[in-house]
Amino acid sequence: MSQGTVRGAAVTISGVSRRYGSVTAVNDVSLDVRAGEFISLLGPSGSGKTTLLMMIAGFEIPDDGTIAIGGRDMTRVDPNHRNLGMVFQKYALFPHMSVAENIAFPLQMRKVGKADIAARVADALAKVQLAGYGGRQITQLSGGQQQRVALARATVFNPPVILMDEPLGALDKKLREHMQIEIKQLQRQLGATVIYVTHDQQEALTMSDRVAVMNHGVIEQLSAPRDLYDEPQSIFVADFVGDTNLLTGTVHAVENGIVALDLPGGERVFGRPAGRTREAIAPGGSAVLSIRPEKVRPGAGPGSIAVRGGELIYAGSDISIVGQTRDGRPFKFRAGPADAAGDATVSWTAGDALVFAASGDMPGAGR
Amino acid sequence: MSATGASIGTRASWLLVTPLIVVLVFAFFWPIANLLSRSFFNPDFSLDKYETLWSQQLYWRVFGRSIWISVACCVICLVVGYPVAYAMARLTGWRGLVVAACVLVPLWTSVLVRSYSWIFLLQRNGVVNSVLQDLGFIGRPLQMLYTEGAVLVAMTHVLLPFMILPIFSTLRGIPPELSLAARNLGAGRAMTFWKVTLPLSLPGVSTGVLFVFILALGFYITPAMVGGPKTLMIGTVIAQQVTELLDWRFAGALSTVLLVLTLLVAVVFQRALAVERLSGHAS
Repeated sequence: MSQGTVRGAAVTISGVSRRYGSVTAVNDVSLDVRAGEFISLLGPSGSGKTTLLMMIAGFEIPDDGTIAIGGRDMTRVDPNHRNLGMVFQKYALFPHMSVAENIAFPLQMRKVGKADIAARVADALAKVQLAGYGGRQITQLSGGQQQRVALARATVFNPPVILMDEPLGALDKKLREHMQIEIKQLQRQLGATVIYVTHDQQEALTMSDRVAVMNHGVIEQLSAPRDLYDEPQSIFVADFVGDTNLLTGTVHAVENGIVALDLPGGERVFGRPAGRTREAIAPGGSAVLSIRPEKVRPGAGPGSIAVRGGELIYAGSDISIVGQTRDGRPFKFRAGPADAAGDATVSWTAGDALVFAASGDMPGAGR
Repeated sequence: MSATGASIGTRASWLLVTPLIVVLVFAFFWPIANLLSRSFFNPDFSLDKYETLWSQQLYWRVFGRSIWISVACCVICLVVGYPVAYAMARLTGWRGLVVAACVLVPLWTSVLVRSYSWIFLLQRNGVVNSVLQDLGFIGRPLQMLYTEGAVLVAMTHVLLPFMILPIFSTLRGIPPELSLAARNLGAGRAMTFWKVTLPLSLPGVSTGVLFVFILALGFYITPAMVGGPKTLMIGTVIAQQVTELLDWRFAGALSTVLLVLTLLVAVVFQRALAVERLSGHAS
């Protein structure tokens, strides 16, 4: 067998746009996916991530730009000549074929010999822990098993690139977390490049080498998971990836890399300038401070604020308190064992809070 | 499961279907049983009408013609109807509505009207003959009405929606991502149709074929109007026996044979499909 020897291919997306009437679903997106990399396209629904995936798969043709796979221009190549594996959200298994017939399908299309097909189907089934399930009907399988068959079918022909469109969306949490590990292991075995579309930020952070956060048809930020969480480049990313508190105010001063921000409630908070537009942060301008709940500590200090009417939110592994700031914004912080619901004073280290110049794009403002 | 809950449910559902059963028994099963049973009694049990039927070549020919016209009608409906159903399932917006209207409007029009319109088209000085003559393709008018061809064309026209609608409905039920998956896995457009779309639409095809064949076998109005005496079909012969010759017993005998034939076709068809499904799964 030739399994394991195939290496992933690089995917180069250059200036790709796709418009539907007056709506621009994908707007001048460029993305270099390295060979063998696991990259996630993360974004809310309507952000263009699925349209981008469909263009890589060949089901949509870009209005502008090019898509190259393994150095070859594929922009207008038919989907059946792209040699890509793909796992669909609803599995898309063929209901009139058995498990083995489903997995054999791509091999038959590639005119692989019968004996070879049988061996490779058995091998693929073993890889997804479904050895002996070849004769089963698709309808006899559970959701998780169907997902595994879809994985086997998408990988049995050793495609250099595998596309996944929210493949775990229909599974329950426990199974989803289990399958995340399985997919990751399978990818390492195969060495294939994976482009993974999801709206689940936890999934993207757990599995990816890099994450491309998409919003309104553009890539807001392309970073390794840790950088994405610790160094978001925009308010949108800070808000979309992980939990955060956003406080809007007027810049009082910028000194020694620390921004002092006056909140509408009269309090003054501190953070460090962040994002692509950090140069635009100047006294008198309006800005948004982002502070993660786990970086907030109870007690007074420089830049402390009052949080009123806090309620305990119990989530098993951790407990949070959600209350309101003086100007009525929700504010969340991790509670210690001794903390109780009610009013509190909280503060944080200025270096842990990020201050972004306010733009028209204000997530959280409408909530 | 709660036993009382289940029994109340059963009783309630019987209550719901009772009116239908009463109507069917009095207006359908009883008269049919009456008609069919008459053929066996004269006034004691006798098969004399069946002997007549058996011994006269005319009736053999009528049954044979009915079957062959029904088969031909089925094949034409399938060949013409499948692409239409496919287009209907694929087209969206106003284009889909136009095609759907083209299929449905004839269905809402009376069979009588549609058969008359075929007479209007096909008769000696009808539209088709005049156009062909004016264009100089033919010197004298062609005999088109009262031929098997006329029966076939008119019946296909009337029965086509019964083929299109079930096929359309199964095609619409096939998730679109299945075709995408096939394309992604290396199948071209034709192969995707052959390996995925066509097999998944077979239940609709079999429903359509069964509909059209059974309806065609007992069809009356259209063959009676555009067929004439040289292309008698079984339905016309049964009507003649009742309305002109007042021979209810012979009409009953013919109906019995038609019913048995129809049931036979339905059963054989279901069996063939079941076998095919089994072998499809086994490979």
